[in-house]
Amino acid sequence: MLSNAEILRDPSSLGPRERMAIAVQDMPCQEPAIRATNMEEVALGYSEEQARLEAARCLQCKTAPCIAGCPVGIDIPGFLAETVVGRYAEAAAIIRLTNLLPAICGRVCPQEVQCQAPCTLGKALKSVDKAVQIGRLERFVADREREAIAGGAVVAAVSLAPATGKRVAVVGSGPAGLTVAADVRRAGHEVVIFEAFQKVGGVMVYGIPEFRLPKAIVREEAAKLEAMGVRFELNTLVGRTRPLQALLDEEGFDAVFVGVGAGLPKFMNIPGEILVGVFSANEYLTRANLMKAWDRQKAATPLYPSQRVAVLGGGNVAMDAARMALRLGAAEVHVLYRRTRAEMPARAEEVGHAMEEGIQFQFLTNPVEIYGNGEGRVAGVVAQAYQLGEPDESGRRRPVAIPGSERKQDFDTVIVALGNESNPLLAKTTPGLKVDKWSHILVDGEQRTSMDRIWAGGDIVLGAATVILAMGEGRRAAVSINRFLAG
Amino acid sequence: MFTITGKRQLSAEVYRIEVEAPLIARQRQAGQFVIVQTDIEWGERIPLTIADADPAAGTISLIFQTVGASTHRLADLAVGSGIPAVLGPLGNPTHIDKFGKVVCVGGGIGVAPMHPIAQALKRAGNHVTIIIGARNRELIIMEEEMGTIADDLIVVTDDGSYGRKALVTEPLKELCQMDPKPDLVVAIGPPIMMKFCAETTRPFGVHTLASLNTIMIDGTGMCGGCRVEVAGATKFVCVDGPEFDAHLVDWNSMMSRLRAYKSAEDSAHAAVHAEGGCRLDQVVADLKKGGL
Ligand SMILES: Cc1cc2nc3c(=O)[nH]c(=O)nc-3n(C[C@H](O)[C@H](O)[C@H](O)COP(=O)(O)OP(=O)(O)OC[C@H]3O[C@@H](n4cnc5c(N)ncnc54)[C@H](O)[C@@H]3O)c2cc1C
Ligand code: FES
Repeated sequence: MLSNAEILRDPSSLGPRERMAIAVQDMPCQEPAIRATNMEEVALGYSEEQARLEAARCLQCKTAPCIAGCPVGIDIPGFLAETVVGRYAEAAAIIRLTNLLPAICGRVCPQEVQCQAPCTLGKALKSVDKAVQIGRLERFVADREREAIAGGAVVAAVSLAPATGKRVAVVGSGPAGLTVAADVRRAGHEVVIFEAFQKVGGVMVYGIPEFRLPKAIVREEAAKLEAMGVRFELNTLVGRTRPLQALLDEEGFDAVFVGVGAGLPKFMNIPGEILVGVFSANEYLTRANLMKAWDRQKAATPLYPSQRVAVLGGGNVAMDAARMALRLGAAEVHVLYRRTRAEMPARAEEVGHAMEEGIQFQFLTNPVEIYGNGEGRVAGVVAQAYQLGEPDESGRRRPVAIPGSERKQDFDTVIVALGNESNPLLAKTTPGLKVDKWSHILVDGEQRTSMDRIWAGGDIVLGAATVILAMGEGRRAAVSINRFLAG
Repeated sequence: MFTITGKRQLSAEVYRIEVEAPLIARQRQAGQFVIVQTDIEWGERIPLTIADADPAAGTISLIFQTVGASTHRLADLAVGSGIPAVLGPLGNPTHIDKFGKVVCVGGGIGVAPMHPIAQALKRAGNHVTIIIGARNRELIIMEEEMGTIADDLIVVTDDGSYGRKALVTEPLKELCQMDPKPDLVVAIGPPIMMKFCAETTRPFGVHTLASLNTIMIDGTGMCGGCRVEVAGATKFVCVDGPEFDAHLVDWNSMMSRLRAYKSAEDSAHAAVHAEGGCRLDQVVADLKKGGL
C-alpha cells in the first residue's frame, strides 16, 4: 500500500492497480445532530489532499464512459488530470468549456445516475458507490476558483464577440435562462433576463435549500452575468406585465428564450388537502428559502408551527422539505413513500443525509386521506400499505395497495412533495404557443417553439427535471439562437 | 424601485397610495391585483387589488387596510420613497359584458377593488347599483367615486352611524326580490360578507361572483398557498381567479385558511394600536418575543 504522500508525489506514475487501491474519499460533513439545527451547508467539501487522492483514482481509461454520462459532456478525465497535479485553475477552465455552473452542478447533480454510473473504476470495483467521485471533485475545483476570485485573483474575462446590435429576451432566471443568457451574450448580442421573482436563480433560490446549495453561489453566478453586460429585469411576469409577443413586436427583441420552469405543484387530490397545515413543498420551501422565514428574528413571512410533519413523496423535493421541517423545529418528520428506498428518485446522498438526521421513512405507504381537527386544521393522515408488484413501463416495480391496511397517524403538518407540472400561464396568455396536454411547451430538436423567433427549454419543456438538463437545453437553444441571429 | 407618488389616509386603518408602475398601469384590467413587498430580503409578499390606474401618468392606486406587520410597514412609507417589489397585474381580468342589471356589493376595504369593476361594467352599458357597507361611518371609503359611477348608490352601516342601518345583504335581498331581478351580482369584501351575499342570492338563482383575497406568496401559480375549493375542485386564486362563482366556493375552508397564521397577525395589529400609532419597530420586537 502506498502512503498518501507517495501517491501524490508523482501521480502520473501510478498504475491501474495502485489507483484502484486508493480508498474512496468520504465527503466531510457537519455532524448530523448539529446540522439538523442550523441552515449551514451540510457537505463541507474535500480538502486539497482528499481532492488530489480522489482524482488519482481515475484510471484515465481510453473509453471515458463518464463523458457520455454527463448531460453536457464535460471532459471529465481532462479536468481530473489537472486536479491530481494541483492545477485547479486549469481544471476549472476545462469544466467551464461546457458547464456554466460547476459549483452548483457539483452540489446538486444526480451523479450516481449520470457520469458516475458508467465509470470504469466503479464497474471494476463492482459498485457505483466506488466510482470516482466526480461530482465532489467538480465542486472542489469550482470552489477553489470561487475562493481565488474572492481573494482577488484575476480570472481571464469572458471574451465577448463584438456587439451585433441584436437583442435577446430571456424569460425566467433558472439554470436554463442563465445558460442561454451567457452563451448568447458571448456571441455579442444584448441580453435582458425577465424574472417574476424579486431574486435571480429560479428553483436554485426558492426551492433548493441553503443547507444544500448556499445562495451566495447563485448570487456570484448572477454577478458574473451582470459583469458580462447581461441586464436583469426583476418583478416582471411575462404574459402579464409584458405579453410574450410584445417583446418581439413592441420592445424590439430579435429573439426570445422561454425558461419559466415547471412551477405548478402537484397535489394528490385526496380528501382533506384544503385543510390548514397542508402545504405544497414549493410553498413550504419558498417561505423558508426565498422569504427566509427560517430566520424568525428578521423575516416578516410567517411559518407554520409544525411539530409532527408528514412529507409525501420520494424525490429531491421531498428530501428538502423534510430536512427543512426538521431545521425549522419539528419534533418528528416522517417521509411517506409509495415504493421502497431503491426506487426513490432523490439523489442518494440526500437520502443518506436525511436518514442520518433522523428523518423517519415509511416506505410502501401512501396516504388516502388527510383528516382535520374539526376546526379546519390538519390532525393526521390515513395511510394505506403497499407491496411491490410487477415492473411498470419505467422498469420500477409497481406498488400495489394492500386492501384493508389503512391506518390513522397523527400529524399537524402535511407537505405534499410529488413534483411539479408546467405552469400554464404563458400558454394561456400567448395564443399560438403550442403545448402538450401537461402544458409543456412543444419544441423541435433546436428548442424552437411553434412561434417564430421564440425558443424554450428547461423544466417548462421537460417537466420537472434537473439543473443540468435545463442547462443542456439552454445550450442547445443558444446555439440555435446565435445561428439564427448570425444568418 | 416603484416610487410612491401620492398617499392619503382614507380612514383610521385605510390608506390609498399611488405607485409608479408604468407597465402595470398600461396592462391592468378591472379585477386584477399586484403583489408588493416592502423589503426584498426580509419582507412578506402581500397581494393588493389595483383600485385604479392612470396609464398616462404611469401610476396605479392601491388601497389597503393595516392588518399585519407588513401592511403597517407599507403605510409607513412616505411619498417619494420606493417599494422594492411590485409584481403584476396578476389574476384574470373580470369578464366585462353587457349583462343588463348589475349589483356591485363592496364591504369595507372591498369597495376599493370594486371600483374598477363597477366602472368597467358601467362603461359596458349595464345598469349598475352599488351597495357600500361598513361597520361604521368612519370606515366608509370611496363613496364619492362610487357615486359618480352608480345609477343607484346604497350606503349601509352596521351601527347606523351613516346611511341605512343594515347589513349589505338586506338591500341585496330586496333587489333580488324586485322584478326584474339582477342579472349579475359582484361581491367583494370580508369573506363572511361574500359568503352571506352568496346565501342571499342563491335562492333567487342570481349569478354571483366573489373576488377572493387568500394568502399568497408568488402570485404566479407556483406555490398553491392561495388554493380554494370551488365546486369540489382545487383552484389557485392567483391564476384561476381571483373571481369565482360565489355559490360554488367552499367558504368555510377558505376562511379557515385565511386564519392559518392569525395569531401572529393579531398580535402585530394589537401591538400597534396599543401604542396608539404605527411604531413598527416595537411591533416587530414584540413579534419576536412571541416567537412568530
Ligand atoms: C425543492 C427542489 C429541489 C430540487 N433539487 C434538485 C437537485 O438536487 N438536483 C437537480 O439537478 N435538480 C433539482 N431540482 C430541479 C431543478 O431545480 C430544476 O429542474 C431546474 O431548476 C429547472 O430549471 P429551469 O431553468 O427550467 O427553471 P426554474 O429553475 O424553475 O426557473 C424558472 C424561473 O422562471 C421564473 N418565471 C416563471 N414564469 C415566469 C414568467 N411568466 N415571466 C418571468 N419569469 C417567470 C420563475 O420565477 C423562476 O425563477 C429541484 C427542484 C426543486 C423544486
Ligand atoms: S400565490 Fe402561489 S400559487 Fe397562488
